[in-house]
Amino acid sequence: MTGSFVVGALVVAQVLLALAMACALVRLLRGPRAQDRVLALDAMYVDAILLLLTFGMREATTVYFEAALVIGVLGFVSTAALAKFLLRGEVIE
Amino acid sequence: MNHFAELPPLVGVIVGVLVVLGAALALLGSVGLLRLSTFYERIHPPTMGTTLGLGLILLASMLTFSTLESRPVIHEIVIAVFVVVTTPVTYMLLVRAAIHREQPRRDDGAIDAGGRNE
Repeated sequence: MTGSFVVGALVVAQVLLALAMACALVRLLRGPRAQDRVLALDAMYVDAILLLLTFGMREATTVYFEAALVIGVLGFVSTAALAKFLLRGEVIE
Repeated sequence: MNHFAELPPLVGVIVGVLVVLGAALALLGSVGLLRLSTFYERIHPPTMGTTLGLGLILLASMLTFSTLESRPVIHEIVIAVFVVVTTPVTYMLLVRAAIHREQPRRDDGAIDAGGRNE
């Protein structure tokens, strides 16, 4: 009983997170300017972290946790680099 | 059948509610990102997912693994600290980039060297 409740809640959460990623993807495609697309990419990778964590809870493994950590680190670096590029026109001066 | 059946009912209910609440907050943030009309409005809603949404789901994950393994499992805090520290940095960089890009160009077509505060 408890098991099926938790699995049901995790499935609902995964559907909600997939919808959230879809919303961010629409914003990424629509723009209208580059900074909107970078912001949408940032929101998308945070949603991806949350989705991976729910997968990890369903499978009871820490492999997904490590993947989520890597996405978090690389997402920060990529968003910071893209923002720097929009600011200056080059990433490394 | 699944490993969640070993959870006490109270912990199971708390975990389920936390996970759905966190995911709902993330969805709300992304819908706001889609619906609001200017960039400076749009930069606010995703932060709901990155702070409270992430915090709730990580709390549920910590609760699940701590109960299943009968020991404190708190390595999820690493993700929470990292994302909460880095999100304001990236968003401030993005807003500065947006302000810089919306400045009027000079007569010779080059972007005015604004945005540099020193």
